Amino acid sequence: MTLREQIQQVIDDEPVAIFMKGTPEQPACGNSLRALQALWGAGAPITAVNVLPDPQIRQELSALSDWPTIPQVFVKGELIGGADITEELSASGDLARKLDEALGAEREQVVKTVAVG
Amino acid sequence: MAADAIRALLDEAFPDGSVDVLDRTGGGDHFQVTVQSESFDGLSLVEQHRLVNRALAEPLADGTIHELRITTKGTA
Repeated sequence: MTLREQIQQVIDDEPVAIFMKGTPEQPACGNSLRALQALWGAGAPITAVNVLPDPQIRQELSALSDWPTIPQVFVKGELIGGADITEELSASGDLARKLDEALGAEREQVVKTVAVG
Repeated sequence: MAADAIRALLDEAFPDGSVDVLDRTGGGDHFQVTVQSESFDGLSLVEQHRLVNRALAEPLADGTIHELRITTKGTA
């Protein structure tokens, strides 16, 4: 599988995917941390991909999402936005509602990290 | 890059809009931009932010903007 296909697979298969700088245990950027906290606060399960190991990851991701910055958050394959939108939607309650709709209210909140490339 | 240069790009992209640019750290590479424009009316937040990202594509791509925070508002 090409790198782009691997990225697409994460986006398609994971209920909530975040492409971030660093890992949930060790975020390497304030915006990635903000997005993570907003997701966690909205009760989202989180699958994280660290884009830092290979600059190619970020290039391929931005090419397929048409979104230039990191982090990027996807719910059920759909781009929700970066840190600002994720925070805004979390604060308004829209994110929790969206997650309830997409994943059901009884979802398990686990955090995992997957590697691509 | 000075906040003024960012503001000029946004003014050009959103001629009707009100644009505010804040250099968050004073270092000329961490910006908070706030744009209110009728271009955003009826668009999703993702599409609204895409318009701002497109207006700032060049400084984003060449790294002069290291971090960008965006707030958008429609007029409706």
